[in-house]
Amino acid sequence: MKSDVLVIGAGGAGLVAALHAHEAGAKVTIITKDYPTRSQTSMAQGGINAAFANVAQDSVEAHIQNTLKSAHGLADEEAVRFMCEQAPAAVEWLDSIGVPFSRTKDAKIAQRTLGGASAPRACYAQDYTGLKILHTLYDRVLACGIEILNERYLLNLLSDKDDYEKPYACGAVFLNIRTGEVEAHESSCVIMATGGYSRIYHRHTTNAKGSTGDGIAAAIRAGARLSDMEFIQFHPTALKNSSILISESARGAGGHLLNSKGERFTNELAPRDEVARAINDQIESGEEVFLDIRHLGEQFIDEELPQERKLAKLYENIDPVHDLIPIKPVAHYTMGGIEVDKNSQTRLKGLFACGECANHKVHGANRLGGNSLLELIVFGKQAGEKGAEYAKSFDKKIDSKEQTKSANNFVTGIKYFTNQIDFYQKHAFMGNIFYNNAGIKRDEMGLKAVLGAIRQIQKELPFMGPKDKSKVYNTNLVEFIEFGNMVELSEIILVCAISRNESRGAHYRSDIPRENDMAFKAHTITWKEDSVLCADFME
Amino acid sequence: MKIQIKRYTTEPQAKEAVLEYEVDLENPTLLEALNEIKTKQDASLSFASGCRSSVCGSCSMRVNQKEVLACAYKVQEGDLVEPLKNVPVIRDLVVDMDKAYAFNAKAKAWQSSLSHGIELTQEDEKRNEIQSDCILCGSCYSACPVYAVNEEFLGPFSLTRIWRYVTDVREENPVDKIETVQTKGIWDCTLCNECTIVCPQGISSKSDIEKLRSKSAMEGYTDPNFSNFGGTSFGSGFGFDGSPSF
Repeated sequence: MKSDVLVIGAGGAGLVAALHAHEAGAKVTIITKDYPTRSQTSMAQGGINAAFANVAQDSVEAHIQNTLKSAHGLADEEAVRFMCEQAPAAVEWLDSIGVPFSRTKDAKIAQRTLGGASAPRACYAQDYTGLKILHTLYDRVLACGIEILNERYLLNLLSDKDDYEKPYACGAVFLNIRTGEVEAHESSCVIMATGGYSRIYHRHTTNAKGSTGDGIAAAIRAGARLSDMEFIQFHPTALKNSSILISESARGAGGHLLNSKGERFTNELAPRDEVARAINDQIESGEEVFLDIRHLGEQFIDEELPQERKLAKLYENIDPVHDLIPIKPVAHYTMGGIEVDKNSQTRLKGLFACGECANHKVHGANRLGGNSLLELIVFGKQAGEKGAEYAKSFDKKIDSKEQTKSANNFVTGIKYFTNQIDFYQKHAFMGNIFYNNAGIKRDEMGLKAVLGAIRQIQKELPFMGPKDKSKVYNTNLVEFIEFGNMVELSEIILVCAISRNESRGAHYRSDIPRENDMAFKAHTITWKEDSVLCADFME
Repeated sequence: MKIQIKRYTTEPQAKEAVLEYEVDLENPTLLEALNEIKTKQDASLSFASGCRSSVCGSCSMRVNQKEVLACAYKVQEGDLVEPLKNVPVIRDLVVDMDKAYAFNAKAKAWQSSLSHGIELTQEDEKRNEIQSDCILCGSCYSACPVYAVNEEFLGPFSLTRIWRYVTDVREENPVDKIETVQTKGIWDCTLCNECTIVCPQGISSKSDIEKLRSKSAMEGYTDPNFSNFGGTSFGSGFGFDGSPSF
């Protein structure tokens, strides 16, 4: 099986990349460990930013400045400018394929205010923005007849070396979850669009169970570099017991944050890092924290936030129309990822990346609400076009035999791991220690303790493994490999967080609560040399 | 609390059984109960899940013969949990959705070309707001009795998707869309309403199918099942079973 462009991951970024690569004339195959419409993108609620000024004064420049400010000096201004300038065209493109955005009275795309934005800039479709964008993209992919292979789990990238010993990507090896067989898919170019790694935090995340960083881990193993992995965004308002997301649009519409005394304690519409810390401070001082949207009224809540009402009733047994919503901040979005250049090309030739798994340096130390859907449309397009262009001139050999064999050995081998230690328990443990020591606030001692625990888990991996030894649809096996990927990324996050001796955006060191531009206004870069992790700061 | 789960495996040979599990959780959702069983009691239990907030459509299954999302259903003592119907079971509660989803492509459930500069009013957008809430969980597909006799029926979610695009003012050729669903489509539905009852998003494919019938009649199409009766168009306003349509 050989394609020009292999897209791994079928969320918003992957589908956009596939559509544009297809349009550029490439033979595209999309491979996902799930089904496209089950991706994390379906969970995005708030909106997608574009400075249309449909409901109030706004400008592209204001969008750029808000984004740069929230990024705390870690964004690449050129990339931010490109994204914000492309934003209106990106939303118009979504409109042209049929995304049912909410509308204003004068027949324009409706916009609302999210945190850190100087104007109502987020275009939305009720609180189902991600769902409706994802499904419309999926329909478009079907219209174009692009091949989608479902339920195949990425094991490793295929790579080879050219005549000058320079490595290049040439496909990937997957575990076909349904059959249990290892399959190689050769391609002239690979676009990684596999999402983030918030699931490291186990139950302390808003994310779906698939956000395990598989593509990022595979990329660093294959020779790509990662950047800014310590920057993890905590969403201020998740339901207290279930970590289920309550959209920022609830605060954008005028929702208040209250403590047990019924007092407001912060600016609800500050960027997410600030609001999350303010809530965390309250919780640490023994307060409970609530989101109050009662004053918005039943009609407004049903019109603009129907999903929130349903979820609060189901999971907290309260009705936001009449009750306070108990909340806490949890891991929500990972700013770090595979390092890419201004063509979405990674350090490994022929490997492109887009969406949450990539770091286009547009979010810096803290992402603004409404910029992640935007990112995946703008840079998904770029990755698709550049990938297709690269694939056209690809003339190198591909021989997947040896690498497939070693992937096969890997899958067979881990089934024989001894199973003395339960990896599900270790994952829950890892989530707890990450949430408490490598979460909203960190300090050197706590981070080093977690690193010690993670290194111990690494040593224990051969004593874990799947209990289920069967071939067909072995989710126990897939979840163990996902856990392995998360352990691999955990070490990287911690090494970066320990090296960054300052506080910046979402990386808040309570032992050093100041930004230090002299030493740290730079990206943390990590890579592997002969499987050994290396880290450095680079401008 | 005890729950029954229908298990199915193909290894070493095909075998099915209903197994009972004891779950010690307070007022859990079915998904929380399944996770508890998988991580603490029986790692081989297989099921699909994703967002746990009812938007990804992964964890649809049947409880006591009725389709639910495991993440949105609170478990009751003695519940019997089974996989969806009308789709091949791969293992335990996991089904293969490929064929079901392929009906979207067969029905051409997409906007036929890119639109440019067409403005939508609030009213235009509201027209298919609820249809575009679909999460493709397949509950309606599982509940549909037509598949027992007609495996190639385009089915409830695909037809709802067709209505979603037909009613969109950005669609330049709605008649083509209508044409596509004449065979193995809208006329094969029995209007039994099972799809409506199980939809976690409150969508009624039955009523979308009725609206498509009515629209078809306006375009001059007739129910092929009645073609022997002289092919009269009954006009709009009533479905062929006499029930009012919209």
